[in-house]
Amino acid sequence: MRKHADAIFEFVSLGALLVALAALAALVFDIVSDGAGRFSVQFLTNIASRNAEQAGVYHALMGSIWVIALTGALALPIGVAAAIYLEEYGSRSRTARFIELNISNLAAVPSIIYGLLGLGLFVRLMGMGQSVMAGAATLALLALPVVIMSTREALRTVPSSIREGSYALGATKWQTIWNQVLPMALPGVLTGLILALSRAIGETAPLITIGALTYIPFAPDGVWSKFTVLPIQVFNWVSRPQPEFKANAAAGILVLMVLLLSMNAIAIVVRDRQQGRGRI
Amino acid sequence: MAPFLVLVFMLAACGGSSDSSGTAPAGGTTLVTLDGSSTVFPISEAVAEEFQKVNKDINVTVGISGTGGGFQKFCRGEIHISDASRPISATEVEACAKAGIEFIELPVAYDGIAIAVNPKAEWADKITVAELKKLFAPEAQGQVKKWNQVRASWPDKEIHLFGAGVDSGTYDYFTEAIMGKAKASRGDFTSSEDDNVLVQGISNDELALGFLPFAYYEENAARLKLVPVDDEKADNGAGPILASPESIKTGTYQPLSRPVFIYVSRKAADRPDVQRFVEFYLKNAETLVREVNYVGLGPEIYGMVTDRFTKRHTGSVFSGQNTVGVTIDQLLSKERAQ
Repeated sequence: MRKHADAIFEFVSLGALLVALAALAALVFDIVSDGAGRFSVQFLTNIASRNAEQAGVYHALMGSIWVIALTGALALPIGVAAAIYLEEYGSRSRTARFIELNISNLAAVPSIIYGLLGLGLFVRLMGMGQSVMAGAATLALLALPVVIMSTREALRTVPSSIREGSYALGATKWQTIWNQVLPMALPGVLTGLILALSRAIGETAPLITIGALTYIPFAPDGVWSKFTVLPIQVFNWVSRPQPEFKANAAAGILVLMVLLLSMNAIAIVVRDRQQGRGRI
Repeated sequence: MAPFLVLVFMLAACGGSSDSSGTAPAGGTTLVTLDGSSTVFPISEAVAEEFQKVNKDINVTVGISGTGGGFQKFCRGEIHISDASRPISATEVEACAKAGIEFIELPVAYDGIAIAVNPKAEWADKITVAELKKLFAPEAQGQVKKWNQVRASWPDKEIHLFGAGVDSGTYDYFTEAIMGKAKASRGDFTSSEDDNVLVQGISNDELALGFLPFAYYEENAARLKLVPVDDEKADNGAGPILASPESIKTGTYQPLSRPVFIYVSRKAADRPDVQRFVEFYLKNAETLVREVNYVGLGPEIYGMVTDRFTKRHTGSVFSGQNTVGVTIDQLLSKERAQ
């Protein structure tokens, strides 16, 4: 009887996995069959146009790359530093616990709220304008809770024997964290960062709120440049009456998907190399 | 990773804010910035695209933050030109005045709303404004559910209503034109911000009736049946009138067609790049507007509008009033009265 239950449970679990995979496969198949025909070098090098055949994603692709790179660059140091404080320095204090609670709540805040915050704080108060910088700062806020929480998890997995060994050799707390704990936690930190950035790269609402553009004839040339991103371009194409733009939208989603997957691939390679080094 | 981080922070530290009214830092090119209505976006985008081809030294950007959002940015001096699917409101005029921003109001095209049914609904040969009101009024919620409740000769079958999303300008205009009050309607109809969903819905449902932007009807004319609308007023064409570029242009397709605008900041209009862009806009509007499925105002009116820009007539002649029922003739005389 117990064996039966076991088999049934395994079967149900497998079923759940297959449902998720089938949904993903159907989605990918649908997108590829709609968009593959439009996918070409020209599509990558052209900019937006009212003619579906001439329209491309160059400006939006470059915008997405700029924004996401800058988001990562902002969210990683701040997130890791915050996590180190919470985990290594202040984990027992009441303030730290209060902050911790708030961070978990922040992760559940709808993204448009971050957009409104970004508009008020970065675009207007800090005078960043509708720039790549303002967009990245807004998305970094969005990514921070996930980065902080996953970094804390990663720090927790570092065995205390490592820390104690380091102290025994006369290292200070800072030396221990920087030379021993952080390198060992890095794979986990990077995984968290990938997850956070994968969410950020698909965001449309907060960027529209801060004033990311829809028609822009150039790629960003710096962090203060105006910009648009792939999801906004796709959204714009989907809402057009001409059916030809549907194919463009599908192809745009393909580009976004490839970008996301290559980003993840890079991070996985980096993670594996770090992991190898950590296991000396 | 580390050197890259340092670079980013150095950039972040020394960058400072660029001019918020938008002059591009890049080598010699200047920037003309537009933002606002998603209805006007396709027109502005088409113009910007063509303008870019002949003016390589001027970059044009267009955003979509809605008519209200566009005016907000416009009155803060963040953009040069505001795209608007309705005239500027009294509060917006006030906000602009407070910030010392004067504007030039330029109608650029007509936009119509189509009433469409499934091609198999052969009984729906026309509809009056009163019948539309009966169908979509707030009181109709949960009450008017069958075709024959609207007109006795229609079948005793359920009616499935579709309409543009409640956040869209199309919905605002439809309710204002039919109910006399913006945003007043029943809530129990299938509404979508994505008009393609409406096309899909109506073309797959024999018992459907919906309102959607005319541009969407035109692109999907084979899958939808257009219903002529009768406003029961004889002075602008008697009987039911079919929506078409002609009937929208001549003002007989009433009350479901309206003018759309761009508002140019008076100060920005003195910049050579903005001036060149607006002149190009008005000169090429007729052809480009048609290409993106809107209806042009005709050469005569565009002449008047250009004149208005050349003379830098500031202020609004449309503000505070309903654009329902504004026809080309009225537009013209308003321009002449200036």
